Amino acid sequence: MNNILVPPTIPVNTFIPKDYKSSIKPVWCPGCGDHTVLMGFTKAMAKLGLNPEDAVVVSGIGCSSRIPAYTKCYGFHGVHGRSLPIAAGIKLAHPELSVLVFSGDGDGYSIGGNHFLHACRRNINLTYVVMDNQVYGMTKGQPSPTTEPDWDNGMAPGGTNLRPFQPLVIALAAGANFIARGFSGDSNGTADLIAEAVTHPGFSFVEILSPCVTFRPEQRAWKDMVRSAPVKTTFDRGQAARHLATDDGFYTGVLFRDTRPAFEPPKAKTQVEVSDFNQEFIV
Amino acid sequence: MTSSQSGKIKRIAIAVVGSGGSGVMTVGDLLLRSAAKAGWYGMMRRSSGPQIRGGEAAAYVELSTSPLESPCEYFNILLALDWKNVERFASEIALDKDSVVISGEAGVEFPEMVTDSGAKIWDVDLKAMLKKLKGGRTNIAALGLLGKLIGCPANIVRNTLENKFSAKALDPEVSFAALELGVQAASQVELIMELAPPAADAEERWAITGNQAAGLGALRAGVRFVAAYPITPATEILEWMSPRLRKVGGFLLQAEDELASINMSIGASYSGVPALTATSGPGLALMSESLGLAVAAEIPLVVVNVMRGGPSTGIPTKSEQTDLNLAVHGLHGDAPHLVLAPHSIPDCLWTTQWAVNLAEKLQTPAIVLSDQSLGQTLAVTKRPRDSTIKAEREVLKKVTEKYKRYALTDSGVSPMTLPGTPDGQYTADGLEHTPEGTPSSMVEDHDAQLEKRDRKLRNFDYGDDWAEITGDGKIAVITWGSTGGTVREAVSQIDPEGNKIRLMVIRLLSPAQPDIFKKALENAERVLVVEQSYGAQFYRYLRGYFELDERAESFSKPGPLPISSTMLRDKLQEWTTV
Repeated sequence: MNNILVPPTIPVNTFIPKDYKSSIKPVWCPGCGDHTVLMGFTKAMAKLGLNPEDAVVVSGIGCSSRIPAYTKCYGFHGVHGRSLPIAAGIKLAHPELSVLVFSGDGDGYSIGGNHFLHACRRNINLTYVVMDNQVYGMTKGQPSPTTEPDWDNGMAPGGTNLRPFQPLVIALAAGANFIARGFSGDSNGTADLIAEAVTHPGFSFVEILSPCVTFRPEQRAWKDMVRSAPVKTTFDRGQAARHLATDDGFYTGVLFRDTRPAFEPPKAKTQVEVSDFNQEFIV
Repeated sequence: MTSSQSGKIKRIAIAVVGSGGSGVMTVGDLLLRSAAKAGWYGMMRRSSGPQIRGGEAAAYVELSTSPLESPCEYFNILLALDWKNVERFASEIALDKDSVVISGEAGVEFPEMVTDSGAKIWDVDLKAMLKKLKGGRTNIAALGLLGKLIGCPANIVRNTLENKFSAKALDPEVSFAALELGVQAASQVELIMELAPPAADAEERWAITGNQAAGLGALRAGVRFVAAYPITPATEILEWMSPRLRKVGGFLLQAEDELASINMSIGASYSGVPALTATSGPGLALMSESLGLAVAAEIPLVVVNVMRGGPSTGIPTKSEQTDLNLAVHGLHGDAPHLVLAPHSIPDCLWTTQWAVNLAEKLQTPAIVLSDQSLGQTLAVTKRPRDSTIKAEREVLKKVTEKYKRYALTDSGVSPMTLPGTPDGQYTADGLEHTPEGTPSSMVEDHDAQLEKRDRKLRNFDYGDDWAEITGDGKIAVITWGSTGGTVREAVSQIDPEGNKIRLMVIRLLSPAQPDIFKKALENAERVLVVEQSYGAQFYRYLRGYFELDERAESFSKPGPLPISSTMLRDKLQEWTTV
């Protein structure tokens, strides 16, 4: 297997993180992890030196999905669960744009779960950042696909008793080209992961643990639980599967990357005029 | 059946039936194409059981000396390659005493649909005749027989068949021999009426289905991105467009579902490429949430919805005009958008082209309501309307002052920037927003944006194409979509001068234009509203938007059979002779 990745050439301009942040005040609660994910994003963009107008930030619905308006990039805040299809349409129509998708555990893994699978296997050159807080925050505290089975809540008193969704394992099985986990408390680490994901060809998936201090105050303890994965980034799907299936969900870093070329729309060798199609119909 | 002075009929309807795999559709297709080459007009409808392969199939071929507008009610010829399960088509293939039934196999017991009709039966045992010809196919012999009966020149039928050899892996020598056997067998059949020859100087004619026409219209208008999910009866639009889009710098992506296909199309359009998706009722229902997003975020987009029998899975292979309610009223919130309907097979081309043009101009989604009978019928028709209208979006290429994506302009249309344009950044949003695009739940922003989105559609001048209006009588007949053909034909028979009946076939269903409609209906004393739906959706839509009062009566029948032109003629006869 070819282990050498050549990052695409990116124009290096001088930008600072502030150049990517709009003046709109976020709706997020004080202390919410999403603030620092936004900071991580702006740092990543400055690091990449991308013109703000050449990047599109796409999202669905939920706390995390409010992010596009807080950036100075082009944005699309769509309907619940459909951020990946919107992003695919943008990228296929305009491959020169950098397209980043931001989602949450409800938007991305529940209502948008099917698109997640197919985005991984389709491998369009997108960066998919999921801010996972294991709860529906915007609707005030319902269990999400990544919530622990015994977490007591109003919708399922005593807990859902359901096995939590394993996003990284699923991304790997479905064919994602780049898989990483980060923690919102470490905005520099988040920035590095996002920048690397944008540079990596194909579908790059970055899960960011982003605590909800309002409905899951116990997640404040995450800062003491996260640690760098004790393994090197692997290109081997089998090895990655063993690591991801057995880790406790708090290992951070780039955990897998593949060299599969990104999907690009095929073109016919010979181009014709639309009026040429008339001939097929004339009797 | 109308006889011309020479004793020859101007129109003939032929049903070819047989079990699956017997090659029924090939006979129909080749017969229609041969007749087209010879100068006739015509169309072919397909009918089959739900089996993917096998089962039974029927090809309904109608030929005429002039363009056909509606399906026949009675068949002149029924040719059965075999008689297995033919009864399942009994309700579709009406025969009478003037019909001719040709049996391709001997020694069978004919079904009641044949014996009860009084039709003359000719036992032409094609199967037995072909026994001597190794590899000879009954359907090719049937083609020879039917070609001879309608008076199609033998060399034309031969050439048409020859063009199919490679596609169907046919042995040329055996096939020509089978064709000839069929030609000879025609001497065993005596037709009661003969088809009049085509006009000698026939103008340019096209052989096209409504689904192909819609695809071509979209390409002409500049659509270069399609994301869609396969669904009967819309899939042919996608399969026609996919290889051709690649030849004109575009692309079609098969999405994982309709939720994805509409959102991919929205994404492509947001970034500046005219986009389309095609579906049928169940898919349109799934898309309705995101259609609302396209309304709110003001993203141009076209959805071609090829209607089939509903509700739910309904009757996927048959036609009905019952997605009207969903298309016009199916979005949540106050969500003004465009709904258009082609009124004939060739019109699927121009109406789709116009839909792209309007959607792009008005920055809103447009739903094109076609249906199975338009989409899947192959018509030999006059050349469809040529037009150069294209996607024309007001794009701001250079931003000089603070950009307001949803600025409150006079027309209601605000110039749009595309990603990549410096200083034009904004967030397209389904949340209500300020003119800058910032999310807002303030009363004044909601009022202003609701009014803007409504005004841009309401104040636009759609010109004369909103409806096809003929005649100026005091009896008005109003219809839409594929039913338009049946109604036009009935009206032209009852009122050939056009002074008793005023026919209105509505193309622009949404936004409704009450003032223009009222003017078009001036002095009409009685109004008949014709449609193919059980619940009279179109009648209720008209009552909702226009002042129809007691003058209006509904003539509404559900699918899967086409609207009966006899019943319609009887009704119009009764009204015009009062």
